[in-house]
Amino acid sequence: MARHLPALARVFTLVLFLAPVLAGVLGTILPSLGLMPGGTQAPLGSLDTTPWRDLLGTPGLGASVGVSLRVGVLSTALSLGLALLIVAGARGTPVMAWSRRALAPLLAVPHVAVALGLAFLLAPSGWIARLLSPWATGWTLPPDVATAPDPWGLAAVLALVVKETPYLVLMLLAALPQVDADRAVRVARGLGHGPLAAWGRVVLPRVWPLIRLPVYAVLAYGLSVVDVALVLAPTTPPPLAVAVVGWLSDPEAAIRGQGAAGAVLQTLLVIAVMGVARGGEAVVARLARPWLSAGPGARDWERRLGVWGALAAALPVALLTAGAVLAMALWSIAGTWFWPAAWPSALSLETWTRHLGDVAWPLGTTVTVGLAATALAVVLAAGVLEAPRRPAADRARLAGGILYLPLLVPQVGFLYGVTVAATLAGLDGTWAAVTTGHLLFVLPYVFLTLAGPWRRLDPRWGRVAAGLGAGPGRVFWRVTLPLLLRPVLFAAAVGFAVSVAQYLPTLFLGAGVHPTLTTEAVALAAGGDRRIIGVHVFLQAALPLLGFALALAVPAWLHRDRRGMRAAEDGR
Amino acid sequence: MSLALERVTLSLASRRLLGPLDLSVAAGEVVTVMGSSGSGKSTLLAFVSGALDPAFRAGGRVRLDGRDLTGVPAERRRLGLLFQDPLLFPHLSVGENLAFGIPRGVPRRQRRARVAAALAEADMAGFETRDPATLSGGQAARAALMRVLLAEPRALLLDEPFARLDVALRARVRAFVFDHIAARGLPTLLVTHDPEDAQGTVVRLA
Repeated sequence: MARHLPALARVFTLVLFLAPVLAGVLGTILPSLGLMPGGTQAPLGSLDTTPWRDLLGTPGLGASVGVSLRVGVLSTALSLGLALLIVAGARGTPVMAWSRRALAPLLAVPHVAVALGLAFLLAPSGWIARLLSPWATGWTLPPDVATAPDPWGLAAVLALVVKETPYLVLMLLAALPQVDADRAVRVARGLGHGPLAAWGRVVLPRVWPLIRLPVYAVLAYGLSVVDVALVLAPTTPPPLAVAVVGWLSDPEAAIRGQGAAGAVLQTLLVIAVMGVARGGEAVVARLARPWLSAGPGARDWERRLGVWGALAAALPVALLTAGAVLAMALWSIAGTWFWPAAWPSALSLETWTRHLGDVAWPLGTTVTVGLAATALAVVLAAGVLEAPRRPAADRARLAGGILYLPLLVPQVGFLYGVTVAATLAGLDGTWAAVTTGHLLFVLPYVFLTLAGPWRRLDPRWGRVAAGLGAGPGRVFWRVTLPLLLRPVLFAAAVGFAVSVAQYLPTLFLGAGVHPTLTTEAVALAAGGDRRIIGVHVFLQAALPLLGFALALAVPAWLHRDRRGMRAAEDGR
Repeated sequence: MSLALERVTLSLASRRLLGPLDLSVAAGEVVTVMGSSGSGKSTLLAFVSGALDPAFRAGGRVRLDGRDLTGVPAERRRLGLLFQDPLLFPHLSVGENLAFGIPRGVPRRQRRARVAAALAEADMAGFETRDPATLSGGQAARAALMRVLLAEPRALLLDEPFARLDVALRARVRAFVFDHIAARGLPTLLVTHDPEDAQGTVVRLA
């Protein structure tokens, strides 16, 4: 039996992934054509196009699509540019070591926490304006301009860039060893190319195929983001995904039908933009051909731009994230904090004591759902990676493509269908449904984090152990798992952070009766009570940070007397 | 004790990599399979030990003491493996590494005595709680052999076991390994590309 478990896990995982996404997309398309499951069935062949006509007749639809496009494309382009600048420019410098260390805490902070923090930092009555007023700005009252949210969606773009840049840096760093980037750059520099030119010529073309899916996932996310947009994007009109969520939550069936059509439009929009991006890649690759083999023209400014460019890209990302969380943490313990004081005039724990009771329930849900989804994800990912009868690399590639599916299809595009299916099964509004919804997004990240280290584990460890008489179970528990303890716990921390940050799956599948810190924080954003928001942002950021701290501390403590386990950190 | 390969062939996709190969190794005897890199000699050992990558196809039989090993899982074949790296488990102490392969039924006190005796034999008495990462190259190589011998194998498979050792150490470790093999009368199959490491009967791969 033990021998067949991994194979079962693989099949189960693939079904678990393909089925909800495909069923969800279908379950969204059908209502958009007037076929409401559970409702009066129109005979096939007499499809109802009313939802689509309603949708296309909605005033401001074009402007909504425009905001979505601007936020999605701008945030992706900027994040990618900054991530490339950091990875290429900081190569082999202390900035790289520093960036690596900052990655985990930066990834840990949920999108919504960053968005809420930025909303305060950037607001006319916010921290930045306070620090500069009135001595530099001359303002004695907060100026009457809209900065967060602003009419163009730039604040939302900034929040996304701050969150996605570290993610792309992580993906790049994971991909670089596979293309032997360090030696390639050294060779190119030996031939006279400057650091950035060398990286762009010999590493970028080879690393691009490895980070294409992560970049497209960032693109899909930015084009269809809801939680960040609810906090920072313009409301008249809102981005398409926000409007769609509003329609889908409407009590009136006709408006839900229009929402389903909107969700399908959102998916089509993402597919179209990805198509354009894919075409753009080909054009860039063609145009860059002569440049790739052009001789070196190393200029001094480029040499200097490398490190300083990386620093200029990395520092604001880190400072804005830290500033966003710290500002809201400060608000949660602020007594009175009038404009334009840079610091609260009094600190007190009153907000905490008064609201602890209200926070306890969402906090509990966040923790239990997060732990359950993460535990399931780690077990399934380990099962897929251990599945026998196939070369490991092959397995990871195959599963990797499918596991990316929930990250490439916009959440609003299929979660409504999943919810409809859950309702038909009588599972909507249950804790298990929320956990399953989270698992859909936790598992890909856990799998992708774990796949590299698992693939790099020397297969001879297992052979040596088997030669000493250890069966598959003993090899797994006594050899494979201890050797991979660090990456396994790190992947679990990533998974937990992803779960804590989920908004739409909680909202849709929880039917409003399982609020988490994230859904509560978004709901509170409109009210504008910065103290209560501060409590939520602090807890939202603290939970994943605690997870990452444990993931680093536990193996370090367990293996404190084993030097070989430290050398083994960066892959073997 | 004896180890025999009968008409063993290995192929990748439809390309014949090796064979058909016939050889037999008697108790206490060493047979060396020599070949350049890419000749399939490490794949041959993986096949014999029951850990062949599923991308390869194999034909023929392996017999240990006359018993056909086809279909027997790796952990029940009782074939000790030594690689060019000692591969001591880095999360376990030296003593735990040596005890890893001692059969389950042996009582705890006896396990401890066997580990202590093996360490003494390897000139490492009292090393039970040491971190394997702190051992010298020669010590690690000796500990790896002791770990294999404590698992009571019926034959040994050596995959370029001395390739990573520097010249001064190499002769000593080699003598240590072959002395123990001879003392226990284990049939041993060695693969290498280095004529200097060849021992006993030599079979050359094309």
